Amino acid sequence: MERLSLNVDRALVSQAKDLARGIVEDVFGFISDHTTDSIERAVARFFGVDGVDSENVPLPNVLIHHLEQKGVLDLGSAFWIANGCLAKNLSPNELALAVSRGELDLTQIAAQPADAVQGWVSRMCKRAVDYLENVRDQREEMIENMTDPPRPYRYVIVATGNIYEDVVQAQAAAKQGADVIAVIRSTAQSLLDYVPFGATTEGFGGTYATQENFRIMRKALDEVSKGEERYIRLVNYASGLCMPEIAMMGAWEGLDFLLNDSMYGILFRDINMKRTFVDQHFSRLICALSHITINTGEDNYLTTSDAIEKAYAVTASQLINEAFAKKAGMQESYMGLGHAFEINPDIKNGLLYEIAHAMLARELFPKASLKYMPPTKHMTGNIFKGYAMNTLFNLVSVLTGQDIQLLGMLTEAIHTPFLQDRFLALQNADYVFQNARNLGNELGFRGGGFVEKRANEVLKQALNLLEHVSDVGLMKSISEGHFADIQRGENRGKGLAGVVKKSVDYYNPFLEEIQRRLGMEGTR
Amino acid sequence: MKINLNPKLQLDPQHVSSYGDATNDGAVQLSFTLPVPFGGVAKEAARRFVMNMGFQKAEVVSMEDLGEGFSFFVVFGHTSLGVDISNIHVVELDFQHMEREEVDRFIQQGIGRKVVVVGATIESDAHTVGLDAILNMKGYHGDYGLERYQMFDVVNMGSQVSCEDLIATVKEVHADAILVSQIVSQRNIHIQNLTRLMEMMEHEKVRDNVVAVVGGPRIGHELAIELGYDAGFGPGTVPSQVASFLVLKLVERKERDRK
Repeated sequence: MERLSLNVDRALVSQAKDLARGIVEDVFGFISDHTTDSIERAVARFFGVDGVDSENVPLPNVLIHHLEQKGVLDLGSAFWIANGCLAKNLSPNELALAVSRGELDLTQIAAQPADAVQGWVSRMCKRAVDYLENVRDQREEMIENMTDPPRPYRYVIVATGNIYEDVVQAQAAAKQGADVIAVIRSTAQSLLDYVPFGATTEGFGGTYATQENFRIMRKALDEVSKGEERYIRLVNYASGLCMPEIAMMGAWEGLDFLLNDSMYGILFRDINMKRTFVDQHFSRLICALSHITINTGEDNYLTTSDAIEKAYAVTASQLINEAFAKKAGMQESYMGLGHAFEINPDIKNGLLYEIAHAMLARELFPKASLKYMPPTKHMTGNIFKGYAMNTLFNLVSVLTGQDIQLLGMLTEAIHTPFLQDRFLALQNADYVFQNARNLGNELGFRGGGFVEKRANEVLKQALNLLEHVSDVGLMKSISEGHFADIQRGENRGKGLAGVVKKSVDYYNPFLEEIQRRLGMEGTR
Repeated sequence: MKINLNPKLQLDPQHVSSYGDATNDGAVQLSFTLPVPFGGVAKEAARRFVMNMGFQKAEVVSMEDLGEGFSFFVVFGHTSLGVDISNIHVVELDFQHMEREEVDRFIQQGIGRKVVVVGATIESDAHTVGLDAILNMKGYHGDYGLERYQMFDVVNMGSQVSCEDLIATVKEVHADAILVSQIVSQRNIHIQNLTRLMEMMEHEKVRDNVVAVVGGPRIGHELAIELGYDAGFGPGTVPSQVASFLVLKLVERKERDRK
């Protein structure tokens, strides 16, 4: 389908993309040389370690903590698990339970024949990765056999804290026309260095992301999808201290989107940058293989800074997120790069600015699945004005050809959405999207006009920032506060202790296998 | 408290009712969801539900099917109830609003040294919009933030600061004032956080040494006072208002201590 286009300086675009690629390349040496607690816990989970010990600590944490205590995590967890399972004739889960009871020290078990260890690892790895591909293929077949709704997808959230009540609300929202359901996580789950276990019925401002909760919700949405003959996508959140594990669980349970930003945790959650960079790469490899659309968090820049002044920070971050995703072998259509409709409603011609910014994102990333966030910062509690703002937001989205529309709630800034708020948001989006469906095909922008000038101006500013980042390096520029006006030190923030330098004999079979299946050149 | 009602309307301060398009028509618009399947029963249920709230007349003007056994209503009700406003007393923040230069001068003359302010968003709250609006150089709505003032020393601790860390910093820098911002308010978590901080400040004996103010979209002055703080600032507050309040309060305390 033809869509609205804007004249953006192509030379600047390729310069910006080159710079972003170089910036990412520059931190890649660090990423390849390190592993993390959460990556190794994801490996353990892939082998089938799940559940909790007598004190409710997840078994993957018990196992990896044990290896860390013994100072051998630099070899990777795969060898130790395989060696232990073979020697003791136990399943990985039984092995983890034995460790949790203090019955086993994995480092004291005699080394098994290398062939046997290698054979065990290859077999178990293949089984897990085959399973992921199978989940992916089944899901894609399901989508093919149903209607895939037109874009922008209508995305709403549920957040009761109780997964079973979330199901009721999600099914209602899907039947009302939602295409995408996100289950908001419990406040600050991103700061937990473990993933809770099992179905949960209590949370703060959201529901814990657990593998069982993923399974329950995916099943509920599959039921509605079949009934409606329209595929309903499920979203959860990976960004945080457990990015690799949540990606693994999401892929295993057939989630469609995962919030997964290469810098969000660093800037907005004060998670250590080294931890985040290493974690995001492994988690994105999983997403790339499983065709999970990642959603990045650039909207957050605008809630902390001015949406006009700092528009370029969004663009620069999108370019960096894109470059990181490409390094993980991800196809562009699975990159849900983010931006937001956050300009102060009192600004004259605010709508023109919003259109310029949305068009810039569209032109920069023509194949990406752009994620557009609604007004939040300037929502006041006047629900009627808020509803009007959301209408303009929907109009800009359909006009400029965005892909994933996080529907604005009229009660934003008051409480988590009421059932009726979601319904009204869907009605608003349906009305605008239907009425203006092909508006973009009929219009063009005036050459040298406001929108064209503004988009190119933002691109130039983004380029300036990227030039500086490229000069000093990504880690240093974050510590200088170039993103979102927030300064984060290289060796500060949460989770640094869980970053481990790989020894020469480090081995992570999933890293190799997933890269191989993505047709990438392998890194260790 | 003297309230000036519009003299052109025939209003009785002891019986004020809502105004739709005529004095004392008592019109109210309501919207709500009932967990009752869409249909005649749901519609009548909505009408009676509103009547049970004390309305004399209720008209269901819209009913929508939300699915899963839920129905959404827009209802207009009319009530003959009113409210006596002649005996209402509310706690409102009342202070003289000064501009930045005046505040700086006021500190130089009244305190004679820089005023140390520590700001933070506490516990799980990651939102610094409100805090930064008041503290950052740039400020808010064309009103510069406290960092721009000559006579303030600002320590902006950012988001997700534990109460323990905040109090440790207050002691370390000998703060004169604490600014706490709370945005996340799901299930009233902001009240729990603020209560905990106040209890710890009292326990650690720093409460009496500082002016403590809170801000955020769900924070009113009355709530702040109830929780033991000196003031609460809601949405739309500009930095110079907070600055004025802080320094006036500090000087007031200084004079009180002298006596």
